[in-house]
Amino acid sequence: MPTAALTFVSRRAPAVLPGRTLTLGLTLTWLCLIVLLPLSAVTLTAAAPGWEAFWRAVGSPRVIASLKLSFGSALLAALVNLAFGGLTAWVLVRYPFPAKKLIDALVDLPFALPTAVAGIALTALYTPQGWVGRWLAPLGLQVAFAPAGIVVALIFIGLPFVVRTVQPVLEDLSPEYEEAARSLGASRAQVFLHVVLPAVAPALLTGFALAFARAAGEYGSVIFIAGNLPMVSEIAPLLIVTQLEQYDIAGATAIAVVMLAISFTLLLAINLLQGASRAHALGRGGA
Amino acid sequence: MNAAHARGHWLRRALTALVFGFLALFLFLPLIAVFHEALARGWAASWAAVTQPDALAAIRLTLTATLIAVPLNVVLGVCAAWAIARFEFPGKGVLTTLIDLPFSVSPVIAGLAYVLLFGAHGWFGAWLDAHDAQILFAVPGIVLATVFVTFPYVARELIALMQSQGSEEEEAAIVLGASGWRVFWHVTLPNIRWGLFYGVVLCNARAMGEFGAVSVVSGHIRGLTNTMPLHVEILYNEYNFAAAFSVASLLALLALVTLALKSLAEWRLRAQTTPEQSP
Repeated sequence: MPTAALTFVSRRAPAVLPGRTLTLGLTLTWLCLIVLLPLSAVTLTAAAPGWEAFWRAVGSPRVIASLKLSFGSALLAALVNLAFGGLTAWVLVRYPFPAKKLIDALVDLPFALPTAVAGIALTALYTPQGWVGRWLAPLGLQVAFAPAGIVVALIFIGLPFVVRTVQPVLEDLSPEYEEAARSLGASRAQVFLHVVLPAVAPALLTGFALAFARAAGEYGSVIFIAGNLPMVSEIAPLLIVTQLEQYDIAGATAIAVVMLAISFTLLLAINLLQGASRAHALGRGGA
Repeated sequence: MNAAHARGHWLRRALTALVFGFLALFLFLPLIAVFHEALARGWAASWAAVTQPDALAAIRLTLTATLIAVPLNVVLGVCAAWAIARFEFPGKGVLTTLIDLPFSVSPVIAGLAYVLLFGAHGWFGAWLDAHDAQILFAVPGIVLATVFVTFPYVARELIALMQSQGSEEEEAAIVLGASGWRVFWHVTLPNIRWGLFYGVVLCNARAMGEFGAVSVVSGHIRGLTNTMPLHVEILYNEYNFAAAFSVASLLALLALVTLALKSLAEWRLRAQTTPEQSP
């Protein structure tokens, strides 16, 4: 009798799904072939000429200027997106206005519009004859074919990231908390600083990091509007392409490795942040 | 109290106006500009630019590369999601991070990586040359670059969805004696179809619009290895703006269709998950 009960239990307990070896094997093989092998080719080719050659390639003034420009303008664009993306998410979630669904859907346009199309459209807008540029030209502001144009393109590219990471968090944040704080005598600014901001801060940071990472490596939309002047408006990905076209493989891979290193550090930070915000959400749910 | 209420009302309007201004400047104006510039020389000129042989070749190449890259990423995306959402194994977190990796790599670096592998002086360059096979500056290279940049879309969407759905239904089907394939086709697939559709729509949009990675590996051979975005670039650099924007407007239409389909998928996904939460 006890043996029969035991077999019954052991047969019922873990209903293991099939396909573990097959799917895991295929995934790992594919990942190695498509992603890891090519990226290790970049790293190993950059390392081949030795450290000294690597640092000489990275340390050239033109490379340093391009890296500064890429990461600097990405930072600036991500900061603009942090402010306006957060605000957009707030207005989309909390305020009623006409054609909301349509506008909400259009926020994802930068994800769907090919970057080259975005690049030529923004250039057309910001040249001194363009719809926006003609208002800026009399003020002495040049956007197209100047570093400012790079920031404009990167704002466009990164726009959905902050909105889409903050939006679901705000949807879960009940307005009752803010109303309670208001009825207890807190000012609007205090409610924002002490109730809303702490709740959305992890999502804001994640969106900011995603927008920054995407903007730093962006190529298609930027090259049309930037002007691409070495030392002034030449972004790092463009310099990689230029050096590759001149068969300067060591130079191209050296820049690539520096960019990869910065991106991976960011990716790690994003993952830690997402882990932290998930733990935060779980902790709140449990309390 | 009334004054505070009026102030709140004023603030609400000001913030909404600010957001509308921001979105108009950075989203709506660029979109309108594409169509406006495309039709600057009239419908006939625009149509001629799109149906010109080089443009048609570019459209054909873009469709070919997409039709190969998207199904590949669907199969591998489903595999990755099944492995990650249904089983426990060491290094799962690392694997999930690695799947997202192409999102944070500059597309230009992806292209460079394939040049280093398959270029004349690359790792496999000599071997390919000896076997008279060409990957770089040809369709296979364009497909590979496209696969790299679009790899995460389907997998990422399905991993999150399948993890949230859990595996009870599939386990029940297995206990009742169904085979693995049967469980996948009759239990898993109906449950994930809108998530899969969502991933495919985004993957497709990126595949058709990819510029940086494809630009590095394509070699820009007109009529042969030019995709639509690269054709836009060539026309634009030749100061043939109306033609460039005409081809670009096709891609912009594609983006609008993508957004519509994406909204449909989101709506269906929400409809699918809401009734399960009610009890």
